[in-house]
Amino acid sequence: MKFLATQWPVAALAVLLALGLAAPLAIGDAPVGFYIEVLLGGLMAGVLYSLVALGFVLIYKASGVFNFAQGAMVLFAALSMARMTEVMPFLVALLLATGIMVLLAFAIEKAVLRPLVNQDGAVLLMATIGISYFLDGFGQTLWGSDIYNIDLGISKEPILILDGVFQGGILVSQEDIIAAVTAAVLVGALAVFFQRTPVGRALRAVADDHQAAQSIGIPLNRIWVIVWSVAGFVALVAGMVWGSKLGVQFSL
Amino acid sequence: MNARHIGERILAVEDITLSFGGVQALAGVSFDVREHEIRAIIGPNGAGKSSMLNVINGVYQPQRGAVTFLGEKRRHMEPHRTAKQGIARTFQNLALFKGMTALDNIMTGRNLKMKSSLLAQAIRLGPAEREELRHREYVERIIDFLEIQAYRKTPVGRLPYGLQKRVDLGRALAMEPRLLLLDEPMAGMNVEERRDMCRFILDVNDEFGTTIVLIEHDMGVVMDLSDRVVVLDYGKKIGDGTPDEVRNNQAVIDAYLGVQH
Ligand SMILES: Nc1ncnc2c1ncn2[C@@H]1O[C@H](COP(=O)(O)OP(=O)(O)OP(=O)(O)O)[C@@H](O)[C@H]1O
Ligand SMILES: [Mg+2]
Repeated sequence: MKFLATQWPVAALAVLLALGLAAPLAIGDAPVGFYIEVLLGGLMAGVLYSLVALGFVLIYKASGVFNFAQGAMVLFAALSMARMTEVMPFLVALLLATGIMVLLAFAIEKAVLRPLVNQDGAVLLMATIGISYFLDGFGQTLWGSDIYNIDLGISKEPILILDGVFQGGILVSQEDIIAAVTAAVLVGALAVFFQRTPVGRALRAVADDHQAAQSIGIPLNRIWVIVWSVAGFVALVAGMVWGSKLGVQFSL
Repeated sequence: MNARHIGERILAVEDITLSFGGVQALAGVSFDVREHEIRAIIGPNGAGKSSMLNVINGVYQPQRGAVTFLGEKRRHMEPHRTAKQGIARTFQNLALFKGMTALDNIMTGRNLKMKSSLLAQAIRLGPAEREELRHREYVERIIDFLEIQAYRKTPVGRLPYGLQKRVDLGRALAMEPRLLLLDEPMAGMNVEERRDMCRFILDVNDEFGTTIVLIEHDMGVVMDLSDRVVVLDYGKKIGDGTPDEVRNNQAVIDAYLGVQH
């Protein structure tokens, strides 16, 4: 009951969701297999968005900054990845792209965040909007503005599962499965990291109060580089999954 | 005022000058602090007391002058470095980690003492787990000492002001500091809470020998607690000595004691 009292919006949403899910089955006459396929497709889109959101949450939790540039980071990472895989093996490109995101984190810390320590949240938000524009322009200048493809080497062939259960079975793309698993693993790892480790506690401390965090010996600058690097890596993963599904372009 | 052994000079600030744009917050202030003593900084509002603390703590960089702590002289310093050297502080306007419980807030004070690698922490390896437990024990002792057992799992944002001040002190104590900087630890408290806070400060000083620099407006408290007092007014030092000396100093009487706060 206490749960209901405090979490009623969540509960209400869950009820609505359940109703929405059940309705097509009750009134429609589409085959159940098809219904589940559509459902999964929707869930996958959700997974993609959640990968982007993960980057947001990460930076917000660890620095109190609402990072407007996360979308631009995803795009930038995806572009880098797409162009580099054209000329080098996948793994090398992945390493290099990770390196680029870490460098980017260093640059952002030095050029943007450091001069703004102890500033208001709104100031930092504006700064990230600036970063976002910069990344868009920089990415296009550096890598070109056409549409590119990332080949993850995963078969795009859908596989048929549960053939025996429903008539016609269910088609799922392997890509989608891998994306979902990746997202789940990332979310799980980061949750453990934030809630259960002392370093996670330190990150939450930084998010709550910069000055107090420094006073207990947490070096803000280093923490920010770490957080933005991890967020950059998450952006890279999101960009790869997304890019391989839809192609990399600026509408991302 | 009591029989503690006052030791060698542990901190010296020399000729500290600090301004913000046109505002001169500190103008050539010098004084020293000896090991194990309680040193008070007093003065009217805007006198530069908090600014002085922030200079010692490395938050503000003075335009002139230097700070010597444990024999190491420096002009520029960052707060996370002074923390490593053994300086802890509390804040005039609370700066707790609002989303966390009282216990977690105080645990963050152990941050510098944690050695396990990130990976070991993440997968909760035995040694990392034991380290966390060891620190947890230390923190529980602080919680007992500050008499806030009942609130350990309460998010600090929900605690009354006086208790938040205690958590703030607890977090600083968790660092096992050599030098503790307290910026108006009793501001906004009722009589009873003040008396408790006074007792905690004296006990910390007595039992752990922690050197304390304390900003306080309440003259009664200052006279009771401190061994020596620095008086600031408009960024200048106008008095320095034992509570009795300061109380009888004419410049101080004019500038400060005459003014009601
Ligand atoms: N970050 C800052 N930026 C600009 N001016 C500042 C800053 N910090 C302090 N000042 C100014 O410096 C002067 C001294 O301020 P400070 O906070 O050190 O005084 P204080 O003695 O602690 O006063 P109080 O008793 O009100 O806490 C004031 O005029 C204040 O406005
Ligand atoms: Mg002050």
